[in-house]
Amino acid sequence: MDFTYDAEPVALRDAVRALLGKTYGDYENRRRIVAAEPGFDEDVWRRLAEMGVLGLPFDEADGGSGAGPVEVAVVAQELGRVLAPEPFVSAVVEAGGLVAAVGTAAQRAEVLGSLSAGERVLTLAHAEPGSRWVAPAAAVVATGQGDRWVLSGTKEPVVHGARADQLVVSAALPDGGTGLFLVDGSAAGLRREGYPLVDGGRAARVTFDGTPAQPLGEAVDRTAEIERVLAAARVISANEALGTMDVALDTTVGYLKSRKQFGVTLNHFQALTFRAADMYVSLETARSLVAWASMVLAEDPDQVVDAADRAGLKVARAGRHIGQEAIQLHGGIGMTAEYSIGAYTAHLTTLEQLHGNGHRHASALAATVADHGEVDPLA
Amino acid sequence: MRLRLSDEDATFRAELREFFTTKVPQQIRDTVAARRHLTREQLVESQRILNAAGLAVPHWPVEWGGRGWTELQRHIWHEEMQRACVPPPLAFNASMVGPVIATFGSQAQKERFLPATANLDIWWSQGFSEPDAGSDLASLRTTAVRDGDEFVVNGQKTWTTLGQYGDWIFCLVRTDPDAPKKQQGISFLLIDMTSPGLEVRPIQLIDGGREVNEVWFTNVRVPVENLVGELNHGWDYAKFLLGNERVGVAPVGASKRVLADAKDWARSVDLLGDPLVATRFVELENELLALELTALRVAANSADGKPDPASSVLKLRGTQLQQDVSELAMDLAGPDAAASFAGDRSEAPEWARMSTPVYLNLRKASIYGGSNEIQRQIIAKTILGL
Repeated sequence: MDFTYDAEPVALRDAVRALLGKTYGDYENRRRIVAAEPGFDEDVWRRLAEMGVLGLPFDEADGGSGAGPVEVAVVAQELGRVLAPEPFVSAVVEAGGLVAAVGTAAQRAEVLGSLSAGERVLTLAHAEPGSRWVAPAAAVVATGQGDRWVLSGTKEPVVHGARADQLVVSAALPDGGTGLFLVDGSAAGLRREGYPLVDGGRAARVTFDGTPAQPLGEAVDRTAEIERVLAAARVISANEALGTMDVALDTTVGYLKSRKQFGVTLNHFQALTFRAADMYVSLETARSLVAWASMVLAEDPDQVVDAADRAGLKVARAGRHIGQEAIQLHGGIGMTAEYSIGAYTAHLTTLEQLHGNGHRHASALAATVADHGEVDPLA
Repeated sequence: MRLRLSDEDATFRAELREFFTTKVPQQIRDTVAARRHLTREQLVESQRILNAAGLAVPHWPVEWGGRGWTELQRHIWHEEMQRACVPPPLAFNASMVGPVIATFGSQAQKERFLPATANLDIWWSQGFSEPDAGSDLASLRTTAVRDGDEFVVNGQKTWTTLGQYGDWIFCLVRTDPDAPKKQQGISFLLIDMTSPGLEVRPIQLIDGGREVNEVWFTNVRVPVENLVGELNHGWDYAKFLLGNERVGVAPVGASKRVLADAKDWARSVDLLGDPLVATRFVELENELLALELTALRVAANSADGKPDPASSVLKLRGTQLQQDVSELAMDLAGPDAAASFAGDRSEAPEWARMSTPVYLNLRKASIYGGSNEIQRQIIAKTILGL
């Protein structure tokens, strides 16, 4: 067992950090970018593609770089550190992950090739109004046969659903089960109403009305694959949250050292420094669990659903703790949009809502808690 | 990054598991599993079995019984021991005074004390805290005044755990009351507890047990050869010792084992299916997993033998979770938890009867080994720079 990164992920981390720092190192610049459409920087997206980041997890034969979850996790941490709004998880991990898992060779080459090259933004349209992070689809229904299929119904929220060039859509199949389909952004009968998220991200309500769709692979039940990709995204978004929490604590510590009240800097008040110490405990224990889940994803993907629930639960708890305390220890300035810390808390909140909150993970784990005595991470 | 244990470490783990579950008497392991107090004889027997197999002091220098293991192997050793309900080697010997003597002691002290310390032929007690020197340890007032070839020691130590069994006591004593800083006038002294003028008085605790003591010194004469290291440098050795203490003080393996047992207890009272109970198990299990993985991470970072400041995280969180697990067990026991002293003829199961004394006893965990507030102070200052 080894928690340290090899040279390659470290080099990747440094390169991605340098690239993102140029645009998002200045928080004011990030505010400008998320205030305008499409809510991220197309130029940064292109540069990430040039660096090979958008094709990291895909086979070289499909236009990717053949790296693994550890590298993907490192990128997510860097995005989280500066609240970069580029749709990396939804495009690469979720939509791309499903194309890689079930797409035909031709679909993989075309879709993953153009995603990796930064020519096409992909997203996964899976969540449905009222659904709570489940794998099956119900509100969008697929009808048809062979290669001729149409979709009807509504997906929401779809991350960057208005901007995406192509959508991977889950839909209930006529004979039961949930199939996966590709839908072009320009398809007939497709309506997309985009809106900003509280953290500056983007989502959309996407309505299908007899919209032509191409089966991803075959139109057969893909519930298990969806569950696995949602779990993988949970692990990667936990890494993103880790980067966000890391900087939220750093920023808070910096503030405690510089802000003066009663004639002294705030770090003279033990009531405040002890709370920062507890935030550090939350952060570091979360870091350990997230690193473990990332290794499970890389080496033991059959166990990823359980590992993702565990990492998700820990990050949900740590995210609430660190996010809430970060604002409280800043005081009034933490409530303002002008200052960065509140956006960090908003981002942690949004990540939970998109990938599953603590209640969901605890509930999933409670269903199996009687099945084992101990959890053994070295088994 | 690598998830799996190497083949070598996996074999290492399997061999330790085999040893701990077959070579240590079942009756001792049952006592630990039932969360009862071990007798002096049980602790001595267990440690001697470990020592004979080279498993009592693996972290000491190889010359004195150490094994030259990696930090990961030491972690596995510690976890497997707890998992098998084997009492860890007496901390005062194996984790505290042993490494101090091995690192700072004279050759004569090493030869005289280390083999006997590893084998628990000498039972060490700890003489650090005083009535007016708890978290503020450096304000201690027990004095040692040089008189010819001896120090004359006067004063009082307290919270001396299992001092009633002690043969020797390692003490921090004030040897220079005029030092400019209170940390500078302290020395580290080894004292024979049969010395005239030394008296051990029990302190009864809230769980009904006698676990800690006061130790009084009235003109106790100690040969100067029992001074460890240099005069007035005792504070350095104490910091070294306390850093080591924090690493082993997070009993993740034991908390995991009790939590797993508590699932059986919950099942026996038909509560494991209760969503409120199941959720508490889930949260505790997850926090323990996160802490165990953190311990593995910290172990890998303390290769130079110096404790990582992050060991404060282990102490702080480890004791919180240990307390939380004991609290869950008591809640599961319901009214049977009140029958603590009903004895074995009671119809209340033993785990339920033990649950309240254990819960009360473990309130100490966030106080000893540097209180959890001291750990927060270390994290805030040393790690966060606040």
